[in-house]
Amino acid sequence: MLKLTATVSLAALSVGFLIEAAQAQGQGPIKVGFMTVRSGALAAGGRQMEEGLQLCIDQRNGMMGGRKVEVVTADTAGQPALTKTKAQELVERDKVDVLIGPLAAFEALAIDDYIRQAKIPIISPSAAAEDLTQRKPNPWFVRAVGTSAQAHHPLAEYVAKELGYKKIAIIADDFAFGHEIAAGFQRVFEENGGKVVQKLWPPLNTADYGSYVTQLDPDVDAVFAAFAGGNGIKFLGQYKNYGSTKPVIGAMTTVDEGVLKSMGSEAVGVISSGWYSAAIQTPANTKFVEAIRAKYKADPGYYTVGAYMACEFLASAVDQLKGKVDDKDALIKALREVKISESPYGAVKIDELGQPLMDITIRKVEQKNGRLQNVVLKTYPAVSQFWTWKPEAFLKSAVYGRGNPEPIAR
Amino acid sequence: MNFWIIQGLNGLAFGSLLFILAAGFSLIFGLMRVANLAHGAYFMLGAYVGLAALDAGLNFWLAVLAGAAVVGVLGGIVERLVLRRLSGKPLAQVLVTLGIAFIIADGCLWLWSGDPRPVPMPPGFEGVYRFGSVAFPKYRLFVVAVAVALAVALWLLLERSRLGAMIRAGVDDMDMARAMGIRTSLLFTTVFCLGSVLAGAGGVLAGPILSVYPGLDSDMLPLALVVVILGGAGSLTGAFIGSLIIGFIYSYGQALLPDLAYVILFLPMVLVLTLRPSGLLGRRLA
Repeated sequence: MLKLTATVSLAALSVGFLIEAAQAQGQGPIKVGFMTVRSGALAAGGRQMEEGLQLCIDQRNGMMGGRKVEVVTADTAGQPALTKTKAQELVERDKVDVLIGPLAAFEALAIDDYIRQAKIPIISPSAAAEDLTQRKPNPWFVRAVGTSAQAHHPLAEYVAKELGYKKIAIIADDFAFGHEIAAGFQRVFEENGGKVVQKLWPPLNTADYGSYVTQLDPDVDAVFAAFAGGNGIKFLGQYKNYGSTKPVIGAMTTVDEGVLKSMGSEAVGVISSGWYSAAIQTPANTKFVEAIRAKYKADPGYYTVGAYMACEFLASAVDQLKGKVDDKDALIKALREVKISESPYGAVKIDELGQPLMDITIRKVEQKNGRLQNVVLKTYPAVSQFWTWKPEAFLKSAVYGRGNPEPIAR
Repeated sequence: MNFWIIQGLNGLAFGSLLFILAAGFSLIFGLMRVANLAHGAYFMLGAYVGLAALDAGLNFWLAVLAGAAVVGVLGGIVERLVLRRLSGKPLAQVLVTLGIAFIIADGCLWLWSGDPRPVPMPPGFEGVYRFGSVAFPKYRLFVVAVAVALAVALWLLLERSRLGAMIRAGVDDMDMARAMGIRTSLLFTTVFCLGSVLAGAGGVLAGPILSVYPGLDSDMLPLALVVVILGGAGSLTGAFIGSLIIGFIYSYGQALLPDLAYVILFLPMVLVLTLRPSGLLGRRLA
């Protein structure tokens, strides 16, 4: 027994030396700490993130910049306190070179201070909270998705100018993501001559939307519904169930591909916007959608493409650094200067606060090839998180919230 | 005027759903002195089983039966194999039911993935009834009818049957019931099964309104707790009245006082707990 233990520890020691030696030559794996959600209410989004990340890594045969990539996955359960513990574990115990995650905005906010203190580059595949790249920018943070309102500024212009709607009622989840989407939509809609006549804020865990659907003002031109997770399914189902006929304008996540596959006729005709749609007809996206469909039998959506692109950002930066990721300052600099010419999103360029400019598509849900799809109606190219305002003016206004958005002078 | 009518109907429908959920919870609580924290998970499991039955091609009514049967059997097993061993230790029992709730929730996640799923309306119940300028979904009125029928059936069971007499005796005074020769062990299993059957069937019936998703369990459990605390544990009438009160507060409250949407259900509970700790119709439990 003693002999066995001795042999094992010797073996372990030598393996340890080997790994250290390899790392010294820059040949060890690049370690990516991936924070996802595998349990609780957000688990579906977490699974989709894992699928997107896995596809990106598989397509590169597990290599970036000539080095192997090793993903260390942590389940945050969608709980901010646990997210912080997991981030610490990944950085201090697993010694990861970079973090991808977490899923939810409140999780990202929970580790904000830790990231600044640990000086570890982090790529957000999902969390959209505006101020992370606006009034309280974290120098170690780069986002591979849009901000909450980034896709909904152009949507509001489209609704006012091209659909000609004048009066709109807003119903949105009562948390930061819902507030920011609704306020961004309202600011641009009212700047274009429309009027938001009603705003309803159902709690995130509203069991039954019946009492909200029946409160909606019957004299509006359309209802703007901003929901996340499964709430879009519940709301649209009840909206139709009560015999409501006014058109529904949706936020990106209301009819995201991740939930659209579970919807039925209630979703048909919903116009929404996003920095992504599985129905974008470009060679890069067709290839991406086919790969995800072949492997996971479902269209990619918000979470899938977010994690895939976070991984693409990383790969692009690591390639540029030729695999030398030990210099964290150089890594975050490279991450923030990523330029990708072809991707499922289209071309990607990042602004100085770590937020990509994005091609925003206006989409309409249609039944096509036996499934519901977000068919693209129009594309607004290279939309900034500040829409068409000057960044300085935008940053001077208060962050979007439940109250009226402050108008910004032109 | 329309506002009051339609929100009243909404409250009635939601209260009916709550009654189907809370009736079993109240019976178990009253008889066994156990707040079965797995009740929300039973409700969700029933909904998922119903959905699986629908996916397999069964019709809606068979799906309701399937949800009720599977959850009922599970409830019986849990009572026999787990709760039984902890009899006389209510705190341990409550903790165990919480653990079972977690196991069921993770099991559902594993079996049915985390994707939220809508449950289709049974054929013939799509669409709305129109009364003048008020439109109201047919299915919700149907749920109200189910709840009323269930209330009558449970009332007959409790008040007019031998089993009911034994259950009432057990709720009133367990030791005396035992001394009179009532086999409380069998009674516990029966009531736990019955409560589980109601939760399972309720989950499927609620599906077309609430849809099914991870987290449905923890959304519904507090509502059942509020209803039972308000109405009084072990009282069927209490559960019925409590459900309706909560249903009305839910729909009128969210419309009239939107800023209080989070707390509005818990205010009456605090009030009742302060003024009448055993609930509106509950008796002080021994």
